[in-house]
Amino acid sequence: MLAFIGRRILIAIPTIILISVFVFTLQHLLPGDPILVLAGEERDPEVLEFLREKYRLNDPIPVQYLAWVGNALQGDLGISLRTNQPVLELIGEKLPVTLQLATMALIIAMVIGIPAGVLSAYKKGTWIDWVANIVALSGLSVPNFWLGIMMILLVSVQLGWLPASGYQPFADDPLQSIKTMLMPAFVLGTAIAATLMRHTRSAMLSVLKSDYIRTARAKGLAERVVLVKHALRNALVPIVTVTTLIFGELLAGAVLTEQIFTIPGFGKLVVDAVFNRDYAVVQGIVLCTGIAFIFMNLLADVAQRILNPRMRDK
Amino acid sequence: MSALTASQTPAGTLPKKRSRFWAKMRKNPAALLGGALVLFFVIVAVMAPLMPIVDPTATDWLAVRQAPSAAHPFGTDEIGRDVLSRMIWGAQASLLAGVVSVAIAVCLGVPLGVAAGYMGGWTDAVISRVTEALLAAPFLILAIALAAFLGPNLTNAMIAIGVSAMPIFIRLSRAQTMSVMTEDYVESARAVGLKPLVLVRRYILPNIFPPLLVQATLTIATAIIAEASLSFLGLGQQPPAPSWGSMLNVAKNFLEQAPWMALYPGAAIFLVVLGFNLLGDGLRDALDPRDH
Amino acid sequence: MIRTKHIALALAFGVAATALQAQDLRIGLQEDPDVLDPDQSRTFVGRIVYASMCDKLVDITPGLEIIPQLATGWQWSDDGLQLTMTLREGVVFHDGTAFNAEAVAANIDRSQNLPESRRKSELGSITGVEVVDDHTIAFTLGAPDATLLAQFADRAGMMLSPTAFEAAGTDFGLNPVCSGPFSFVERIQQDRIVLDRFADYWNADAINVDSVTFLPMPDTTVRLANLRAGDLDMLERLAATDVASVQADDSLTMEQAVSLGYQGITINVANGAGADNPLGQDERIRQALSLSIDRNVINQVVFEGAFAPGNQPFPPTSPWYNDAYPVPERDVEAARSLLAEAGFADGIDITVQVPNNPVQLQMMQVVQAMASEAGINIELQAKEFATLLADQSAGDYQASQVGWSGRVDPDGNIHQFMTTDGGINDSAYSNPEVDRLLNEARTSTDTDVRLASYNAARDILIEDTPIIYLYHVTWIWALDDAVQGFVPYPDGMIRLEGVTLAE
Repeated sequence: MLAFIGRRILIAIPTIILISVFVFTLQHLLPGDPILVLAGEERDPEVLEFLREKYRLNDPIPVQYLAWVGNALQGDLGISLRTNQPVLELIGEKLPVTLQLATMALIIAMVIGIPAGVLSAYKKGTWIDWVANIVALSGLSVPNFWLGIMMILLVSVQLGWLPASGYQPFADDPLQSIKTMLMPAFVLGTAIAATLMRHTRSAMLSVLKSDYIRTARAKGLAERVVLVKHALRNALVPIVTVTTLIFGELLAGAVLTEQIFTIPGFGKLVVDAVFNRDYAVVQGIVLCTGIAFIFMNLLADVAQRILNPRMRDK
Repeated sequence: MSALTASQTPAGTLPKKRSRFWAKMRKNPAALLGGALVLFFVIVAVMAPLMPIVDPTATDWLAVRQAPSAAHPFGTDEIGRDVLSRMIWGAQASLLAGVVSVAIAVCLGVPLGVAAGYMGGWTDAVISRVTEALLAAPFLILAIALAAFLGPNLTNAMIAIGVSAMPIFIRLSRAQTMSVMTEDYVESARAVGLKPLVLVRRYILPNIFPPLLVQATLTIATAIIAEASLSFLGLGQQPPAPSWGSMLNVAKNFLEQAPWMALYPGAAIFLVVLGFNLLGDGLRDALDPRDH
Repeated sequence: MIRTKHIALALAFGVAATALQAQDLRIGLQEDPDVLDPDQSRTFVGRIVYASMCDKLVDITPGLEIIPQLATGWQWSDDGLQLTMTLREGVVFHDGTAFNAEAVAANIDRSQNLPESRRKSELGSITGVEVVDDHTIAFTLGAPDATLLAQFADRAGMMLSPTAFEAAGTDFGLNPVCSGPFSFVERIQQDRIVLDRFADYWNADAINVDSVTFLPMPDTTVRLANLRAGDLDMLERLAATDVASVQADDSLTMEQAVSLGYQGITINVANGAGADNPLGQDERIRQALSLSIDRNVINQVVFEGAFAPGNQPFPPTSPWYNDAYPVPERDVEAARSLLAEAGFADGIDITVQVPNNPVQLQMMQVVQAMASEAGINIELQAKEFATLLADQSAGDYQASQVGWSGRVDPDGNIHQFMTTDGGINDSAYSNPEVDRLLNEARTSTDTDVRLASYNAARDILIEDTPIIYLYHVTWIWALDDAVQGFVPYPDGMIRLEGVTLAE
């Protein structure tokens, strides 16, 4: 196992390089000039040219990339062209926010989705199955931005139960922090819960039919034990795969949810940066999320091996 | 572990007996409902040009944001266009967004994933790394990039959504393939020298089918929603051409003044998603090789 | 016993009093401001933050009169080449540095010479700065400049602490130090900008809130929801379609002011190959397009009548508006005959690029429908902002829907767009007579002379129509009932002098 992990970490390096080259090139090939975009209403050609020189935007792309790499290795990820703030600082500001949102959303999704899936599979064909499916699909079939606005209108404006916006670091004021994040996490979580529920249900259905389960039942084990200890455990492979992928996606930021609930996370930052051609910001964030994904994939593969020892290398 | 005893027929190819398939489908009311919903919307989308409805792009500034009435059964939108007509024409855009995106993701993703799971070694390593790279480039960056290069439109949105949905199919099919490969009967089939393609077709595909089908129907749903989300950012289907997603996006600014603008596209998205998923469920159950 | 009771009472009173005191005014913004350095800043929304943080040499009244702020008086020399200003005494910057003529000189030097400074063209006429004494400063100009005082009423006139900018250089924006009513506390990008009341502000009596928090919320529906939910105290740029709802709401008030800017369609008349088409070459077609549009209907349908239809760079209510050319009624017949005259009796196809945001798209779709009735078939190309800007500046377009946020001085709305080498002349319009008239208007401080020049320029421009002006945005603020004393200004700024926040 350790060797496996070690190998994977080694391979991660070329992957990250690949990702960073890909995103860097893509951005720079995009039509549009960041200096012009950020010039807003003040388009003094001399100043613009000076800025292009200052940020080396006239250099050929490979040269710019190598410059970026050189700086990155020293811990300098460049600055945001829009606000002059260092990218590393920006990431430091936004990462805990996104992490908190992603974690809360995933917890909500797992708490709702997995039990619902298990129940639905177990009671397949009954009204419980129906209801669970429809509720799960409702969470999925309403666009995030829509559900978000409806929730704000209902919960914040009409009922006044939760704040409509704002972010409190968890360390500062845990209760308020959770209050501000609850609605966005719920909006995100319900959509994911549906995915988890459906995958759990499907996997459970497959497993419940197997002889292994028949044997366990024949042995006289309690239904709950059969369900959880045996069936669920074996159904976990696709569930784990999907869950880790989803968490990775969440870490990349939930743009619309963040925008609606005014959560200062990665998603909004990245999208705005792409629109503004704020290259360094996008590059820095993609680097971060790239590492996160690689880590999540590794976690998924490790979990797979633990759950199904036969899936280790032949 | 999901070991199979000798008494259970090894998962064969798709059931030769079509009648068994249809019999199972018929017995499943949820699947039938799902199928009916999907069929309904597909017919609406296909028949849109033939229906006796007004031009979906015809503006009438004297009739801005009017409530449903005889003249406009679903009301009018923010510049006086008929919502019913836009709903019908919009079905084309939204269904395309869902189906084409998933088709791209499946047709590209599944073969890659199976190859990775089956062959292991370097193939697996390379494909997995490419998958990670794809995952790391956020979907929206890809969508914005395509929009910037080629202009914001529905086609580019579908490509962006499809390519971004590929990784999950790659990962799923890879994981399932690897899991199936550990089965005794598969190992013995390999030992016997069964050709790889035959092995894949006969044993692997049918077994990885269920979660893929579930994921595909889920992805159709998220693709339709993703199109709506892209409209939020000004990408995707551009006005005046309608799509449910862009209609919903505009409607959110008029929730108080004209709730019907949001009601119909929202309901339509919900029903289509429900339909695809119920249908997918039914198909999955009917095709489940373990269901003998 | 009695003493403890007194103490308890006093404490309670004190606590209550301080509870009343700790007032934070939360303002919802449409966008996140860019760098917080007036010399490098280039967005409209950034100016809203500066209005509370950085005092300027002069300010304006809602009627656009120039009034003292950091300068208490000024005098032009007879030839208009020297401006002497008397500075306010007893003013300090947020970091304690004294405000005096030296500081002003240092500021002007930075605005003119910092390589990244965007204020260079605004202060281009200043050739020399002389510190006469601690509170008197004299500017020497290369040529008379009627716009200078108006420039001093905006970012070019904002005074930054020399101690701070000498230490920070271009990073001044990360920790700005000015001399306005509120000082900078912190800024979290896309989350908030927090300012605290500056105790030593020269006009501290007019300030009644303890802190200001600016919260960028791009979605108008979300912003309004936050106001209604009590998470904001006021917001700027309420959507025109939400006006009725806010007016009907008892707990909210609304203020509005017609802006100084405009929205229109800029036509490529000479900017590269994009101009080689009938629309770019023949002014009759441009006139036909303008005539085919019913500006009042656009205002009604898209903006619920809240904005102001327009046909010139200044709104009809502006003193610079040329009454000889009122906003035209729609005239499809005239449009058709103009097209026929130009050889397009059967209609003509044109493309217009639009930024892909819903309001502009909606507006252009109405224009599209109107123009088609006159035989002009518009193909709308929605483009993402960066691409749109790049194409526009490179001349890769036929027509482009763009706006301008407006400047106090009329020159700011017209000169850089219409003169031959104008900085934002994306249509590449060039007419020597117009150049002469606009430069004349710029260098005379006599309002009558200026008005005559602008009117004469308008005679030419109304024929040539390189820009089809459509409407003028109205700045609309929505406020919680608890906020009193807010005065709307046509420059869209939020001035907090006199604003109170009830508990």
